[in-house]
Amino acid sequence: MWKRNTSYNMTIREKITAWEPAAEWSAEGDGMLTVPVETFHDLAVRLKREGFDFLRSLTGMDWGEGRFGAVYHIESTATGENIVLRVFTPAPDKCGLPSVGDVWKGALLNEREAYDYFGIQFLNHPDMRRLYLRDDWVGHPLRKDYDPALNPLRMNNEVSQDSTPHFELMPDGSLIRKREVIFDEGEYVINVGPQHPATHGVLRFRVSLEGEIIRKLDVHCGYIHRGIEKMCESLTYPQTLALTDRLDYLGASQNRHALCMCIEKGLGLEVSRRVQYIRTIMDELQRIDSHLLFFSCLCMDMGALTAFFYGFRDREKVLDILEQTTGGRLIQNYNVIGGVQADIHPDFVRRVKEFIAYMRPTLREYHEIFTGNVIARQRLVGTGVLTREDAISFGATGGTGRASGWACDVRKRHPYAMYGEVDFDEVLFTEGDCYARYMVRMREIEQSLRIIEQLIDNIPEGEYRTKTKPVIRIPEGTYYSAVEGSRGEFGVFIESRGDKSPYRMKFRSTGLPLVSCLETIARGAKIADLIAIGGTLDYVVPDIDR
Amino acid sequence: MFDFSIVTQAIHTALLSIMPEGLAIFLECVVVGVCLLLMYTVIAIVMIFMERKVCAAFQCRLGPVRVGPWGTLQVICDVFKMLTKEIITIRHADRFLYNLAPYIVILASVLAFSCLPINRGMEVLDFNVGVFFTMAASSIGVVGILLAGWSSNNKYSLIGAMRSGAQMISYELSIGLSILTIVVLTDTMQLSEIVERQADGWFIFKGHIPAIIAFIIYLIAGNAEVNRGPFDLPEAESELTAGYHTEYSGMHFGLFYVAEFVNLFIIAGLAATIFLGGWMPLHIPGLDAFNTVMDYIPGFVWFFAKAFFVVWLLMWIKWTFPRLRVDQILTLEWKYLVPIGLANLLLMVIVVVFKLHF
Repeated sequence: MWKRNTSYNMTIREKITAWEPAAEWSAEGDGMLTVPVETFHDLAVRLKREGFDFLRSLTGMDWGEGRFGAVYHIESTATGENIVLRVFTPAPDKCGLPSVGDVWKGALLNEREAYDYFGIQFLNHPDMRRLYLRDDWVGHPLRKDYDPALNPLRMNNEVSQDSTPHFELMPDGSLIRKREVIFDEGEYVINVGPQHPATHGVLRFRVSLEGEIIRKLDVHCGYIHRGIEKMCESLTYPQTLALTDRLDYLGASQNRHALCMCIEKGLGLEVSRRVQYIRTIMDELQRIDSHLLFFSCLCMDMGALTAFFYGFRDREKVLDILEQTTGGRLIQNYNVIGGVQADIHPDFVRRVKEFIAYMRPTLREYHEIFTGNVIARQRLVGTGVLTREDAISFGATGGTGRASGWACDVRKRHPYAMYGEVDFDEVLFTEGDCYARYMVRMREIEQSLRIIEQLIDNIPEGEYRTKTKPVIRIPEGTYYSAVEGSRGEFGVFIESRGDKSPYRMKFRSTGLPLVSCLETIARGAKIADLIAIGGTLDYVVPDIDR
Repeated sequence: MFDFSIVTQAIHTALLSIMPEGLAIFLECVVVGVCLLLMYTVIAIVMIFMERKVCAAFQCRLGPVRVGPWGTLQVICDVFKMLTKEIITIRHADRFLYNLAPYIVILASVLAFSCLPINRGMEVLDFNVGVFFTMAASSIGVVGILLAGWSSNNKYSLIGAMRSGAQMISYELSIGLSILTIVVLTDTMQLSEIVERQADGWFIFKGHIPAIIAFIIYLIAGNAEVNRGPFDLPEAESELTAGYHTEYSGMHFGLFYVAEFVNLFIIAGLAATIFLGGWMPLHIPGLDAFNTVMDYIPGFVWFFAKAFFVVWLLMWIKWTFPRLRVDQILTLEWKYLVPIGLANLLLMVIVVVFKLHF
């Protein structure tokens, strides 16, 4: 098949090496290209032009001995080709990387995160504030030489800053710090969150209003930041599993699946087909659980409380099934390295089938009470439009991306577990408005039921768990695995130095890109639309804050 | 048909026999006031209980079941809880207006409530411009809500109050137009007289098409007037936490809450009075036996049955529909309801002039 950007049959790696002779390939793990920092921004622009428009993940790094930098996972949405780039900061004392926020908008918040964790200043980044930690935090916690004693528990409140620093590089190589104003004194700024009924957790927006119309929106994250990535660095691999369920608690099963997959990939461990079946079914049950909660919460946010109860009533049935096998309802702790914690309950298959038979007609009930309602349509159709370009640029995957016409389903892009063998449709809409985002999820429930239906009768016999040693050492290298979480691509990036615990573990949040595109969507909308937009973006805060 | 004025007359004569007329009237006023407030509270409690049970039924739940038989004492317990809670004053609030606001709301509500004719001879405030007075009294409430939003020094409250102001003042117009349609039909504004004219058929039947249109407009506008879903924007809990009463606690909040429920009852009661015959029993011309049986049911039973039926309709709407957005609410009023209401008024005039009604 002829493709524009592979017409010379060159892989992107060869192309980059051609453009940048200084680029070095390191083959450990997944393999990555180290590119020089001086020309990195030009390279990014060039890559974008080549079709590499999706920045999957941006990971700040401290490689020790004063070497800082970032790892970029980039994908071409047209060809599905992937490349991993590594960039070092110029010199140990000068921490500066060019910001690629102008190339991939999704980088903006990720760069703030890297700045927060590692103190890497991104040049020409318009808003170089901390993302998760307090503005008066001392030091950068994910640096290897960080001393926790620097930050005792503070008893004073954090003051909201109305301006933000911004770093520029002078011709002589020095950095200058400028301040940019976020909110003027005369603006009517209201706080939505951290305690607010419609933020679905402790997320905080500062919203500048003109009457009811939103003029500016500033996201404050970090109210439930637990430093999970830092904690993982001192835990053994089996121990780290306990934390992933606490990220996106509505995608607990999928998150843990991603981490297990990543570790298994590092170990070169093949899991049995029985495990693949069970994991796939569990992931889809989890997705149904999440989408039912999405439906409920959206309805509640829109003021339709009855529909809220319908969704919760049926979600309970999914939770019961999960509980019977895994012992957990919200957080199941089910996947383990090499398999699953316990075999499925003898009643599992029967109950799942009953649930499928129950759920299909119930979905029609949902459509009757909410989808068809004239007010619901008025509120959702045409509001909060996210274009396809923006969705890709922000990396807003999951239902949000698919509502904008971007076929971003990891289950189709990089099939894992049983997804390559089951028959299901990737639900796509092109409108990109709240209604499309809502409908994508409603249709995905049907698709999930379809996937489960194909698998549930054929779960093969076999080991439900491959025995692994209690202390696992992954060979040196970097590994990235992604799954389609309930609300988008959930990725795990591990850099291993051959120890029993990871050198760096990064979770690609599904929610952070969704929150980063909120400003673009909500600007000019009404305050009531912000609620509908937030509801349909369907972010989960512990996943953003990590 | 039982006439309550026999009772009031008897009391009046009894009092006159032992005291001068001025004192007797003063005493009667006090008694009526106390009875009114008592009934107001009881209706509020019944309404809150009904709301809980009705919404529970819609939502596949049980609602309150633990306190008292079928949970009937739950609301009373809640009232006591509310009474014992601290009234928190906000530091930078406008103290005087902040404390005044709930009383204005409750005052408007009680005034409008006292206009409802519950039974023959059981009208408290009843004079020749009754409809006009009821509307004027009930619209004082918006002042209280605006004051509450403004004085609590909270941005959410202020937005809620602004929405409320825009919404209530707009929808007043539609309520006025739809009531005016019936006033055209009856040529009286006295509420007791309006009920009397419905002895041979309720206005919703007598006025046929224009009356039904007016009734629907009245229900929509009435729902908006009392800030209930899908028009509960001023207190949209998912947007503005609680809107204008965010900063109120204890019984100050309780007053807003009670006023909201009784206002719903007032809207329903007015609908029952104006469109559904008030305390008049259902009479079908020609079926004399049926009419006689209906006459045995006391008037206040008819009134409350009709009013609670309308309340139930409004609750059904509230618990089914999502909330509108502020611009949609104003579009609905100014682009649809007002023009339709005006055209409907004209239609009613034509119906009345050419005697097309029953």
